[in-house]
Amino acid sequence: MRMPRLWQTALAALLLTAPGTALAADPLGVDDGTQLTLWTRAATQVRVDQLVQAYNASHKNQVTATYVVTDDYQTKIGAAAAANGLPDLFSADVVFMPNWTSAGLFQDLTARIDAMPNIDKVAPAGINVGTWDGKKYGMPFIADLSVWMWNKKLYREAGLDPEKGPTTLQEFADQARAVAKLGGDVHGTYFGGNCGGCNAFTWFPIAWADGETVMNPEGTESHLASEEWQQIYKVFRDLVADGTMMMPESKDEAGPTWTAFFPKGVIGVQPMPATQISALVGSGLEDADIGVAPIAGLKGGQSTFVGGDDIGISRDSTKADAAWNFIAWVQSEEAQVEVVAKNGNVLTRTDLADNKYITDPRVKLFNTIGAKGQTPLGKNFGATFNDPQGPWIVLFRDAVFGDGANLESNNQAMTESLSE
Amino acid sequence: MVTTTSISEATPAERPVRRARINLRRQLTGFAYTIPTLVFIVVFFLTPLVLVAKMSLSKYGLLTGDEGINFPRNYVSIWRNPLFWPSVWFTVQYTVLVTVMLLGLGLGLALLVQTVTRWSAFLRTVFLLPVSLGLAAASLLAYGFYSPAIGPISPPLEALGLIDNPIAFLGTSLAALLSTTFLVVWKFAGFYMLVLTVGLQGIPDDVHEAAALDGASSWQNFLHITLPLLRPSLSLATILCVTGSLLAFDQFFILTKGAPDNTTVTAVQVIYREAFQRQNLGTAAALSILVLIVLVLINILQFRFLRGTERD
Repeated sequence: MRMPRLWQTALAALLLTAPGTALAADPLGVDDGTQLTLWTRAATQVRVDQLVQAYNASHKNQVTATYVVTDDYQTKIGAAAAANGLPDLFSADVVFMPNWTSAGLFQDLTARIDAMPNIDKVAPAGINVGTWDGKKYGMPFIADLSVWMWNKKLYREAGLDPEKGPTTLQEFADQARAVAKLGGDVHGTYFGGNCGGCNAFTWFPIAWADGETVMNPEGTESHLASEEWQQIYKVFRDLVADGTMMMPESKDEAGPTWTAFFPKGVIGVQPMPATQISALVGSGLEDADIGVAPIAGLKGGQSTFVGGDDIGISRDSTKADAAWNFIAWVQSEEAQVEVVAKNGNVLTRTDLADNKYITDPRVKLFNTIGAKGQTPLGKNFGATFNDPQGPWIVLFRDAVFGDGANLESNNQAMTESLSE
Repeated sequence: MVTTTSISEATPAERPVRRARINLRRQLTGFAYTIPTLVFIVVFFLTPLVLVAKMSLSKYGLLTGDEGINFPRNYVSIWRNPLFWPSVWFTVQYTVLVTVMLLGLGLGLALLVQTVTRWSAFLRTVFLLPVSLGLAAASLLAYGFYSPAIGPISPPLEALGLIDNPIAFLGTSLAALLSTTFLVVWKFAGFYMLVLTVGLQGIPDDVHEAAALDGASSWQNFLHITLPLLRPSLSLATILCVTGSLLAFDQFFILTKGAPDNTTVTAVQVIYREAFQRQNLGTAAALSILVLIVLVLINILQFRFLRGTERD
């Protein structure tokens, strides 16, 4: 079973890299009525569904999407990989990309990606995270960013300038303290005190904005005990100590409700994913009262965690040309403007933020801040940062809820986990 | 077999042949009857066991598959896993706590249902209802119930001024252990009530009457008549409860995910983490084999104890 496939792949690779033949294939793939299968995690279902429907309506190829429960996605991909039963296309949370590319789950797309028109306009972070050993395996699919959001109504009540959000981490803390003084049900800020993914997503940009690092570029060595990070932990430790942080909810927050309190209008300022603003409007929060600012560092600067999903063609697919057609189409102006921007989401192209659908300056910020952001790379990122029993949660809980006495040894455990 | 041969020596020559033939036929029929069970055991128990055993001897990544034998690497790595000993200790604590509570409460409920005749059907239904719920569903319910964010317990207490902040039911190691134990006791007490009720109903009334005639108080009756005669049911309940608790997973996976600070990680959670977070099926299989051996040893000890006490 494996021999012909290897042989075919080898031949295909030879044809693609041979001079003269590389450009013969259509850089946008083929649209000949092929049936394609796509797997993605349920967390991005709404946005993937919009793209798939638009593609199917305008192409002969037809994509059938399967949405897997987010927590089971990694397991399902693992089981399918072991059984050589991966779908044609599948997406990956960007932090899991290196794990899957290094395990050889995707086909090498280097030649196709390099031959793509407008490739220099595609969000580079999404391509970097899909690159392993110099070969490109993935393209950006769904973009997700972290920003700071504040509640203008609470800022007015607290005597703050409602139009001026924080521009440093210290301002973030000061403004949270001012709001916390309102008392009652209102709290200064909120965070996922037991959620590894949440604090990677919302704290990494603080260090990046200062020009500092989280890990070495290979993602095998942790820098989380540096002077910079010690100061960051101290800001949050003080917010917890003086009651500005919503407690005890923060300490137990494992992720499911980390964005649930801000829309209730009881939090002054907190990091949030760059989701549709309209989705946040609810019982306690009006559209006009939501302020959005880029995440800043101790000294200032701006950054964001470029998250979301990458997409690639599985090593088991025999329909790579048709599958590539879908991946390339996602980056087209048609898909980006008429599907992604129209639905109020973040684009994966850097040059299309000026379009008829994006009039709200906050949504425009979502679409421009990505260029200043980063995506962390690491083969063992998930097992180190996202795992509920992983070393990252141990480290930041000790540093924020404790006194940080074990920071050095905890950081050593991080490096061991990353380099395993 | 010994008796058959001794009989055949004493009987006429033709009879043993027929008898042996009948015996063979009966043995074949008996064997045929066991075939379906045998197939099930081979397909669903022995084969996976052999596969897991082989996995535990190999370098076996979740994404990469079998990469060949690396014994004893996977077994050695168990002792270096920082979560291993804490998880063993926590699992033992949880098992002791849950077993004592469940058997005590189950016995109490069984006696209650037996003595209260008027409401017994109603009570039995009430106690049994949680049993019909799946453990994962019950855990999710409890998660909402305990959540300081959306739980219904804290707001009325706050309104009454009894507490200032929501109660963190899962916030500390002890609170999480007790909260989970409460869920499990609520969920399974009815089941153990049922097991023990069956045992209670198996005790003939005349034994109690005889004891009463001899002047035994109801406490003496319970201690010297009911308890000894209930021993088989109690042993069965203990074996079920200990085995089930040592394999605890769903409730902690949903309620605490090991939080706070990895103090509520059970043995099976360590296996799950090795397999699906750290993507190492080899070490996960080695841990599974270890847990299997421990369970078999514990069950042998329990059966020994049961048999030993019955002989007394």
